[in-house]
Amino acid sequence: MVQYTQDHFNASFAALSDVTRRGVLEQLARADASITELADKFHMTLTGMKKHVGVLEQAGLVTTEKVGRVRTCKLGMCRLQEEAAWIESYRQLWDARFDELDQVVEELKRKEKADGRKKRK
Amino acid sequence: MDARRESEPMKSRTTVERKSDRELVVTRTINGPARLVFEAWTRPELFKRWWAPRSMGMTLHSCEMDVRVGGGYRLNFGTNMDFFGRYIEVTPHSRLAWTNEEGGEAGPITTLTFEEKGGKTLLVLHELYPSKEALDAAGTGAADAMGEMFDQLEELLVSLGAGTA
Repeated sequence: MVQYTQDHFNASFAALSDVTRRGVLEQLARADASITELADKFHMTLTGMKKHVGVLEQAGLVTTEKVGRVRTCKLGMCRLQEEAAWIESYRQLWDARFDELDQVVEELKRKEKADGRKKRK
Repeated sequence: MDARRESEPMKSRTTVERKSDRELVVTRTINGPARLVFEAWTRPELFKRWWAPRSMGMTLHSCEMDVRVGGGYRLNFGTNMDFFGRYIEVTPHSRLAWTNEEGGEAGPITTLTFEEKGGKTLLVLHELYPSKEALDAAGTGAADAMGEMFDQLEELLVSLGAGTA
């Protein structure tokens, strides 16, 4: 699950690094659209747009649904990806917290050692 | 990635697992005796230094804790961002449990155990939500926050793109 999530983050980053794909996300934020509509809007071939949508779908930023011959794209992640993503963000918060806690405890240990030496003198 | 992990043998991993519909469990080993880890968790001036990690862009404005059974705590992160509850179990150096009441009835009960082994302390933080819906809702909140993060990332990428154009 963790490795899957890491890949997911990398995929999201890669997906957002392209100007057309960011445009597609902006477009889908306004309204759902078919691949054909998106291809028209961005003056691209159907194949080119399919590739971009595929990258966004892989990253979990877009979901698609085929009804008849039309594939409709909408913003959002699937349920499993959403859960994996929030668990990972929660893990990162605790990881950062515990890194700082480790430092505080380290300092307490040093202080205790120093106090111990003082007492023996 | 593996090479980097080998060069940092001291750094231990934090795990988060959804144990059931209503439970989340966070674990981590801290390099120090339970006595000191417990102290860092229960003395406000120490707690303040690590609970709101700078790397996450958080600032804890104030922190009051009355660590005894029935005693309350209140953490303030600025305007309208208060986290509060009360302690329901306090066993020095081994166990703490508290309520999380900022979300009303939907808040979890958190139980934390400190297990010392060879000078290190394994922390197991267990959060039990009143219902599956409550845990799902907490997750949705986090997912929304993630959405915000993606928005910021996107803005950043746009500004980087503009800089190089």
